Amino acid sequence: MANLLKIFTKDSFVLALVSIILGLLLGAVVMMIGGYDPIVAYSALFSRVYGDSYNFGEAIREMTPLILTGLAFAFAARAGLFNIGGEGQFLVGMTAASIVGIKLHGLPAIIHAPLAIIAGAVFGGLWAAIAGYLKAKRGVNEVITCIMMNWIGLYLANLVINQFALMEGENRSVDIQPSASISIEWLSQMMGNARVHWGTAIAVLAAVFFYIFMWKTKQGYELRAVGFNQDASRYAGMNVNRNIVKAMFISGVFAGLAGAFEVLGVFHYQSVMSGSPGTGFDGIAVALIGMNNPFGVLLGSVLFGTLTYGSAGMSFSADVPPEIIRVVIGSIIFFIAAQGIVRWVVKPLYSKRKKEKVL
Amino acid sequence: MSWLTLGELIHTTLVFATAIIFASLGGVFSEKSGVTNLGLEGLMVFGAFAAGVGGFYAEQAGLGGTSAAWVGVLSAAVFGILVSLIHAVASITFKADQVISGIVINFLAAGSTLYMVKLLFEGDGDTGRIQGFSEISIPYLVDIPIAGKAFFQAYPTTYLAILLVIIGYFTLYKTPFGLRLRSVGEHPGAADTVGIKVNRLRYIGVMISGALAGIGGATITLTTTNMFSHNTVSGQGYIAIAAMIFGKWNPLGAFGAAVFFGFSQAIRNYVQLFAWSQSIPQEIIFMLPYLLTIIVLVAAVGRSRAPAALGQLYDPSKR
Repeated sequence: MANLLKIFTKDSFVLALVSIILGLLLGAVVMMIGGYDPIVAYSALFSRVYGDSYNFGEAIREMTPLILTGLAFAFAARAGLFNIGGEGQFLVGMTAASIVGIKLHGLPAIIHAPLAIIAGAVFGGLWAAIAGYLKAKRGVNEVITCIMMNWIGLYLANLVINQFALMEGENRSVDIQPSASISIEWLSQMMGNARVHWGTAIAVLAAVFFYIFMWKTKQGYELRAVGFNQDASRYAGMNVNRNIVKAMFISGVFAGLAGAFEVLGVFHYQSVMSGSPGTGFDGIAVALIGMNNPFGVLLGSVLFGTLTYGSAGMSFSADVPPEIIRVVIGSIIFFIAAQGIVRWVVKPLYSKRKKEKVL
Repeated sequence: MSWLTLGELIHTTLVFATAIIFASLGGVFSEKSGVTNLGLEGLMVFGAFAAGVGGFYAEQAGLGGTSAAWVGVLSAAVFGILVSLIHAVASITFKADQVISGIVINFLAAGSTLYMVKLLFEGDGDTGRIQGFSEISIPYLVDIPIAGKAFFQAYPTTYLAILLVIIGYFTLYKTPFGLRLRSVGEHPGAADTVGIKVNRLRYIGVMISGALAGIGGATITLTTTNMFSHNTVSGQGYIAIAAMIFGKWNPLGAFGAAVFFGFSQAIRNYVQLFAWSQSIPQEIIFMLPYLLTIIVLVAAVGRSRAPAALGQLYDPSKR
């Protein structure tokens, strides 16, 4: 627990907090320039998310895939890899879960649902491992393969749904078997049919797994060592190539889970998509807000989910274009990245406090 | 496929490739100076937006079709430079992670352009139709069979793109400025020792990338979609990054890669002319260019080497 707290040492925590405040302030300024009242807008945003149980449940649903795609990016980043392919891994994991959920009949829920989840996780992982393998064996830059794999994943997902599971006359798959569903019916009924599901709990556990694996196991130590300095790790006798593939696989497992939960817990079918849903890219933002720390990712997805889900309320009741929230999130990431600016803002506060001590 | 179609295929290839040529060339300038630029997508979005708005108001002011479009290109270049300064200030002056500050650009682009469009056009999600560029054909040459239609009838922006690739190549490899820019990306410490201003050159590299990626976005608005909306650019910036890496950070290589991607987009329109294509699911045809890229990378191109100091901060005290 002490270690856990150490991650949020006051320095990085204060910096993140100040960055968030600065981002919200900047958003307010942009709103005022556009002739909107930022106080009305922000209160509409927060009251939508935290105002009633239905919207709260839906906001939680929105945060869940962000936790996992955020963990996916952060995990690879810890191993020195830039996994921009979360989008493709998300889609491939989703498709694998859909097929298992639709095609297997007569299984009890206790077997069917976990099987579908595992299928999503494994295929997401394998999809990412391809990029890792090509990097390790052939030295192909993982950024470019990931970008290509995102597109291939999109079309592959559509191909599989079109060929094997299409609902007659609709642009989507047939529904998954009820035994593959991971929706929490009783909680959903309590929350006005908000689409809450067990995936949220698994996502939080995934963050705990991330922490334990990275900082408490030998394999995690190796991954971080490879991420820190490949040559030194090789000299120390580590198998760098295997670690690259392993890191990408686990990273992809997270993204694949995110996709699986969207089908098994939220929609119960898979749409044929004309473009990428963007969840993988949003995960990058979440990971950056969370500074590639698993618990930071949890907080980052709460923030990101609150802002994006609430932005719809902002446009309903205050008539403010919801796109402004992307500007707010972008600025928050900017300030977290450019800590020099934040330190410069915070500095007067710190020196004042010191003076008080002297007095 | 008849020869006539081949001419049209090349023609469409160049139309699709133009935006990617501009943006990947911009990426080359930024990354040769040692600054990773994952913000190409965002810079293109800002450029496409500025071109839409600039072109729209220029038309309102009564400028004729093509000159209004050139106002759009100019607005895109200026806007691209301004936005790229966010990336430059954060990553060069404030020592932010270059990857992150590039991604920030993408985020800001997605939100702020749509916000501004809604403000300027009373709640609409697009700029409304603008005239944009029309194709020009080079007299006499256009009458050459097949090749005439393929190469000598095109939007002016395509010719501009090809011209800039040549200028870009000579600038990087044949001028003192180019040598300095590359030295800053390869070994900033050594460059600093001989009196080269590292940060200033990196600023210039990033600003050139902003201008070029902005123009890249503008070409989509002004030749393909004839308006700006949220999905005008839709991933072309990421393709431009891929083209830059694929082309080994060389303007000519990036050009080749961009044409390859343009071809792969164009072929979608033509493949259905073949009878055999009916039996292949459309998704596989869509997938093909990206699969092909990976195969080409693995098989033929091998290891591509980035500028040595790419993504690294330059800290004179650690020289």
